[in-house]
Amino acid sequence: MNRIDQLFRRKNNRILSVYMTAGYPRIGDTVEIIKALESSGVDMIEIGIPFSDPLADGEVIQKSSQQALENGMSLKLLFSQLKGIRSFVNTPLVLMGYLNPVLAYGFRKFIEDAVRVGIDGLILPDLPLEIYRESFREDLEDSGMKYIMLITPQTSENRIREIVGNSGGFLYMVADSATTGARNEITGAQVEYFRRVGAMKLHIPRLIGFGISNAETFNRASSFANGAIIGSAFISALGDEKKQPIADKVEEFVASIIQHP
Amino acid sequence: MNKTSYNVDKKGFYGPYGGAYIPEMLYPNIKELEEKYLGIIESESFRTEFHYLLRDYVGRPTPLYFAKRLSDRYGSNIFLKREDLNHTGAHKINNTVGQIILARHLGKHRIIAETGAGQHGVATATVCARAGLNCIVYMGALDVERQAPNVRKMQMLGAEVIPVHSGNKTLKDATNQAIRDWINNPVDTHYIIGSVVGPHPYPDMVTRFQSVISEEMKVQLTEKTGRDYPDVIMACVGGGSNAAGAYYHYLHNEQVRLLSVEAAGKGVDSGESAATSTLGSDGIIHGSRTLLMQDVDGQITEPYSISAGLDYPGVGPIHAWLKMSGRAEIINVTDDEALHAAYLLSKLEGIIPALETAHAVAALDHVKPDPEQNIVINLSGRGDKDMEAYTENLPNKI
Repeated sequence: MNRIDQLFRRKNNRILSVYMTAGYPRIGDTVEIIKALESSGVDMIEIGIPFSDPLADGEVIQKSSQQALENGMSLKLLFSQLKGIRSFVNTPLVLMGYLNPVLAYGFRKFIEDAVRVGIDGLILPDLPLEIYRESFREDLEDSGMKYIMLITPQTSENRIREIVGNSGGFLYMVADSATTGARNEITGAQVEYFRRVGAMKLHIPRLIGFGISNAETFNRASSFANGAIIGSAFISALGDEKKQPIADKVEEFVASIIQHP
Repeated sequence: MNKTSYNVDKKGFYGPYGGAYIPEMLYPNIKELEEKYLGIIESESFRTEFHYLLRDYVGRPTPLYFAKRLSDRYGSNIFLKREDLNHTGAHKINNTVGQIILARHLGKHRIIAETGAGQHGVATATVCARAGLNCIVYMGALDVERQAPNVRKMQMLGAEVIPVHSGNKTLKDATNQAIRDWINNPVDTHYIIGSVVGPHPYPDMVTRFQSVISEEMKVQLTEKTGRDYPDVIMACVGGGSNAAGAYYHYLHNEQVRLLSVEAAGKGVDSGESAATSTLGSDGIIHGSRTLLMQDVDGQITEPYSISAGLDYPGVGPIHAWLKMSGRAEIINVTDDEALHAAYLLSKLEGIIPALETAHAVAALDHVKPDPEQNIVINLSGRGDKDMEAYTENLPNKI
């Protein structure tokens, strides 16, 4: 069974998924960060494929992507770094990136190589439902990987149902009409949106992402969904100047989030 | 047998190019535009206002000028479509006038735009001032430095110019940042994109607003040559809006040769070039599938041209399709050739063209004009903004 499905079968609340940029802060950190995230108790890991023009990302992830590219990260290198990772990492791994590098790599070859290294799911924010369904869905579903799609506060109920019908793993609820980036609070309007989607009784787990940055926002988001995703705040923690092994930075950050509610 | 269509299809594609490769955050905005744009721009009230403003505010129709001395030099009949005589000095305002009326119909009161050299930014700030709407223009931090006079114009017109420090700090990054602003402000904001690029329906919408250029050409050519079409149309292509407008009414008239002129920078193979159609490959940029300059890993690369309006790493999807279907030919013109052409046109005809436009003029050296032929060069903009480049670069070159 797909590891994402297994995860949600085993655990259905306070799921913590963490986003990292492959090849950041240093080119060789990818696997070490994944190992440290797993040993710190993170439930799922999203590995960001750096892109030169990340439209949906705020400044922190833009900068980490640029740094990763300057470090020499590419899909080819990422797959070679991930080769063999399933002999010591069991956490569900999701690849998240923009369509252009994936197309340049070749979509079918990308799917094959992702499955080969043990990737469980895929998020491509700039591949919309309509084009996915027409040109990509078949290949992806044959692979056994889950295609995870985003909804926003502006997504209509009909479209949410259509998205759920075409995707798998979990529903990625973008918390706000915004690009990625840490925010310190969850507003009333956001709560109303979380409740509205919750009341739809969808048969797919829901994780809230974008703007989730600390224990408080993680706990609050988790009370409206099966858990939450943290990206920019984690990237910022990795990038700080403290002279400290990368694994320690990861552990400290995760501990600060999953302290008891 | 179906004839090849060069217009956008129902799903927003030109052949395989175009579409709307956008994150879900932009879906409601793009869907709203897609559903409403044709209804609005084909309505009587829109058309009346658009044509009134093009006439009384922009100064249309722009003349189709027979360039006698240039024609003598090249042994052909060369006409210049004088888009440089528009208000704000280029064809860009045809689009912004259309989009600002559209924004009002959509009930949007905050306008954002991207700009490279500043021409589209000035054209947007101009129509926003007239409409009394807030205007925010994203401009690469490098371009803000290089194009200071246009920054001051936008500010005087009441726009806020926000320098973009991400990436290479030029047009591509300014466009990214404008799109990010739209993601963050989906309800009250309209994004006035400056060329025939971006997600559907922008390429088609901007093409339609610019198509007034070829609409006028048909009437003017009939008066001057007795025939409503020329043998050749030449236009420079960055994103490709002036070319799309100059071609539009002739797309399906195969008697008209379409010559798209791209900026070769220091030479197509020099590594410093913006010859997108020649050097680019299939990919996705700014929500559209098209030809773009990228490395083997699919990272978008930074183009180079002396002209800030042509150094865009992609090209509008209509132009990718015109090239790949064989309808349009691509000519590459270097910085030096463009500079020479700018001086030539100034001396022979008393017209100082924009650097972008100078590329189209320079392409005359690449074609073998026929004495019987009528050639239209779309003179997309005037050269006031480029005087620094002209004075700096020329003395030792000509």
